[in-house]
Amino acid sequence: MKRPSSLLQTNSILAMLTVMIVMVVMVMVSGSFAAPPAPTDVVAEDLPADGGGAAMVTWTIPTGVDGLEGFQVWRTEAVSETTSRVGNERGAALLGVQNQAYQNEYQRLVGVEGVAPEDASMQARIVARQAVIDQRDSVTPTETGPHGRFWVLVDTVSADTDRLQVGKLSPSDEYRFMVYTVAKTADGGVAKSEASAETGMVLPAASGIDVKRLPLFFILLLLCGSVLFFIHWARSGRPITIRKIAGLSAVDEAVGRATEMGRPILFVPGIQDMDDLQTVAGITVLGRVAKTAAEYDARIEVPTSRSLVMSAARETVHSSYLAAGRTDAYNPDLIYYVTDEQFGYTAYASGLIVREKPAACFYMGCFFAESLILAETGNSVGAIQIAGTAMPSQLPFFVAACDYTLIGEEFFAASAYLSGEPDQLGSLKGQDMGKIIVGAVLIIGCLIATVAVITGSESLMHAVDWFKDSVLSA
Amino acid sequence: MNLIDRMANLDRRWIFLMMGLAVGIPIIVIGITGKTLPEEPTPLAQAAFDVLDGLEPGSRILMAWDFDPASEGELGPMATSFIRQCAQKGHRMYFIALWPVGAQMIRSSTSRVIGGYYPDLVYGKDWVDLGFKAGNEAVIKTIVTDFAQYFPTDARGTSVNAIPMMEGITSLADFDALVNASAGYPGSKEWVLYAATPLKKPLIIGCTGVQAPQMYPYVPNQVQGLLGAIKGAAEYESIVNNWVRSEQLLDALESGGITEPTSSELAARFAAAPSEAVTWTTEAAAASMSPEAKTKLIELATAPIPGIFLEAQRRMGPQLVAHLLMIGLIIAGNIVFFATRRRGGSQ
Amino acid sequence: MKRIVPLWITAIVGLVLIVSNFLPGTRSWGEEATTWFGIIAAVAFVLGGGSLLKVHLKKISDRNSGWAYSMIVLGTFSATLAIGLFKIGVAPNPSFPDVPWSGDVQGQGTPFWWVYEYVFKPLTATMFAMLAFYIASAAFRAFRAKNFEAVLLLGTAFIILLGRTFAGYFMTSWIPVDGPFSGLRLEELSVYIMQVFNTAGNRAIIIGIALGIAGTSLKIIMGLDRSYLGGGD
Repeated sequence: MKRPSSLLQTNSILAMLTVMIVMVVMVMVSGSFAAPPAPTDVVAEDLPADGGGAAMVTWTIPTGVDGLEGFQVWRTEAVSETTSRVGNERGAALLGVQNQAYQNEYQRLVGVEGVAPEDASMQARIVARQAVIDQRDSVTPTETGPHGRFWVLVDTVSADTDRLQVGKLSPSDEYRFMVYTVAKTADGGVAKSEASAETGMVLPAASGIDVKRLPLFFILLLLCGSVLFFIHWARSGRPITIRKIAGLSAVDEAVGRATEMGRPILFVPGIQDMDDLQTVAGITVLGRVAKTAAEYDARIEVPTSRSLVMSAARETVHSSYLAAGRTDAYNPDLIYYVTDEQFGYTAYASGLIVREKPAACFYMGCFFAESLILAETGNSVGAIQIAGTAMPSQLPFFVAACDYTLIGEEFFAASAYLSGEPDQLGSLKGQDMGKIIVGAVLIIGCLIATVAVITGSESLMHAVDWFKDSVLSA
Repeated sequence: MNLIDRMANLDRRWIFLMMGLAVGIPIIVIGITGKTLPEEPTPLAQAAFDVLDGLEPGSRILMAWDFDPASEGELGPMATSFIRQCAQKGHRMYFIALWPVGAQMIRSSTSRVIGGYYPDLVYGKDWVDLGFKAGNEAVIKTIVTDFAQYFPTDARGTSVNAIPMMEGITSLADFDALVNASAGYPGSKEWVLYAATPLKKPLIIGCTGVQAPQMYPYVPNQVQGLLGAIKGAAEYESIVNNWVRSEQLLDALESGGITEPTSSELAARFAAAPSEAVTWTTEAAAASMSPEAKTKLIELATAPIPGIFLEAQRRMGPQLVAHLLMIGLIIAGNIVFFATRRRGGSQ
Repeated sequence: MKRIVPLWITAIVGLVLIVSNFLPGTRSWGEEATTWFGIIAAVAFVLGGGSLLKVHLKKISDRNSGWAYSMIVLGTFSATLAIGLFKIGVAPNPSFPDVPWSGDVQGQGTPFWWVYEYVFKPLTATMFAMLAFYIASAAFRAFRAKNFEAVLLLGTAFIILLGRTFAGYFMTSWIPVDGPFSGLRLEELSVYIMQVFNTAGNRAIIIGIALGIAGTSLKIIMGLDRSYLGGGD
């Protein structure tokens, strides 16, 4: 019986040793590798008053976590992301189907039916294409992520943060969120907690008003308000002066010269359609040029690059002739469509200049590379040339080759300048106020940003960031 | 009539003739000799390369070719190099055009590069031509959220449902980067305003010289890489050429038994100076390579770069002479101006 | 009536476009409005085509000078239209060989492709290339150092012209790339001028233009500026 008793004794010792080892290991594990607790009360809500695509995730920071590093916020994959991932898998599978079907059919046609390779290739392509269509629905992705969805890491935030605004979401997709605690371990490593409880589904839908765009809205109100105020100001009879714009003052001179020389006037309203405001501004100038031409009995020719511009130009010129009391002299055939094609139009207009040798050329509207070709050709026939555009890249060419150039805003001011109406002049004054506001904002912004960099002031940095993120990116 | 008077009344056809010669003669000389001027890449061209290089192989790149034959001289070489880098890297390319003739630009550039040098790339798997769509920026605004609305088929009329690489493409957000070669409107500005900025996607722009100044304000936050005019094209082309050659040399070195990091260093060195590859193969360090591997390495290092991948660099020759002529003309014009003014003043 | 209806359309569409920018729920309205313009512009092509035919047919019938060119215009216009519209000479799509007119009209070898490749492409490229000649002539004639600003402009032009070619690199390659004066290398200097001075100048002009556009748009929406409708009341 000694043996059993010694056996029992041995077993007891082994049992004790095992328990001790387990306890030591547990102590070691709890001392250095214990996972930190997960954050609690994780809640996600759609961000109110935004343009959609943003949610706010909040949580309670667990207490008593040694070496707390921060929190990882994860979100579920959006439907579009799932579609994209699944699409990749399905694309690869369908390509295999396509290749296999093509190979099989091609070999059958060439090897068994003796079809010529070129014809076989064509027929095999049809079969392969059909195979892809037939098997589209049978190819399904094999993989699914945890909880039936894949998770995407949104961001890692610092230990003292209990909320994160998650942007760049799809306003039409629903999302769940979960948060992990990240802490440093005793040996310098990093441990991550269990996942927190998942939040409920959140739809980051667009709200009735996008508050992010409110600063832009206020700027709009300010600008429009100043324009309206000065229109009112001008209507009340207060004098508003406008500086002389040489290009517009020269209209009479140019038309007069054309009349004296018995040569036509060419008016080019740019190469864009009526949805471009430059074309609208060009048509405005055309109205004045046509009226003067009607009064002087000069011939004005308007080739256009867009059909709608032709219609608008005819209407304008007709009204001008009417206003000048010369409807009999109005000829709609001199306002005609040439082609939408940029260089086709340029070739026509250049040819017209060389053949007809107009005494005055007006280039008023939106121009691209054709600006210099037209202006230099006009210069070569000795025409007096007046240009106006808001295309910064073409301004140097017009300045070099034309007698007068309306630069950017001068061009848009033409309507007010030519009409001389108080409403229009008041609006110009309002625009000047807009310039003062923009200038002031620029100077203040630059000063704050400079001081923030020099002093390292956090509050100023925040102000600069807010300005950049809200006002400038709206 | 003295020289100043003659110059003051110079018939502009003489200037046209001078410009014709300034452009024509270098084209002929470069065509005969095959020599090009060296290019020093600027950070903007390098950034354009780095964006595409930094993406994982297989990334989806939208290539918008918004130019026409008129600007092909400036933008064609950029398009060629964009395709070459993407093809070599293994990216998937989706071509679209907002200009009617952009469709032809897609055809010509893909047939030259993919057809000629990357025949292994499979249509529908590695690249797809989705063709031209009318609507200018309205197209961009729509495909930002709904790609299929404007592109239900490819340019050949095949439904996108039958094109494997179109699986999973629902909007512009599904692309990893946007590349745009633009000659005007609609073009780079519209891609910046309506696609890259709201989606925060990397955008590389190749544009004409006249457009480039309007694009600089967008660099680097909204536009990550900018190639302006033929100069930008030449810089980018030289970066891509060097990189492609070093990739090929790396393969040759590693298949010959040379391992990292030595293989990478040598590949970069030989790509920059091909003659060093010949010298190196005779050294003891190359002893482990078989004679066939050495021959292949030397062949790759010294093989001439195909002409279509040197188009931009070749055009820098005529550009140099034309610019010098312009400077000469400006100086001459000013001499005439001052001489005439002085004479006027003395009279 | 002829004035009032367009003014109301302008005012309503303009307001819709503004509102859709601030109220997310109305974004699709703005997109709809821009789509309408596309439809109207497409319909207006008929007007354009009609105008083209009328003007050139009249020239031919009146035997005006250059009437033969009008014949060429009408001939090429009709031929291109017919080739594109009826897909003349286009082989069926390999995927749909039995479907008529399924082929690609722009495919290599088709008549439309031929017109593009051998007529349109060279003509367009020629027109664009003419810029090189005109810019040289303009430089000789107009680039004068008349005053201090013009001298600055000339200096900048020289730096850019040289910096964008090998000449710039050649002339200043002796300045070390990683030294403190590397910014004075012509290729670096030209990029700096483009990025700093040029951008600053451009922004100033663009801000002015943007305000001009805003002011003009407001006047048009409010019906204060009716000049685009032919002016007057």
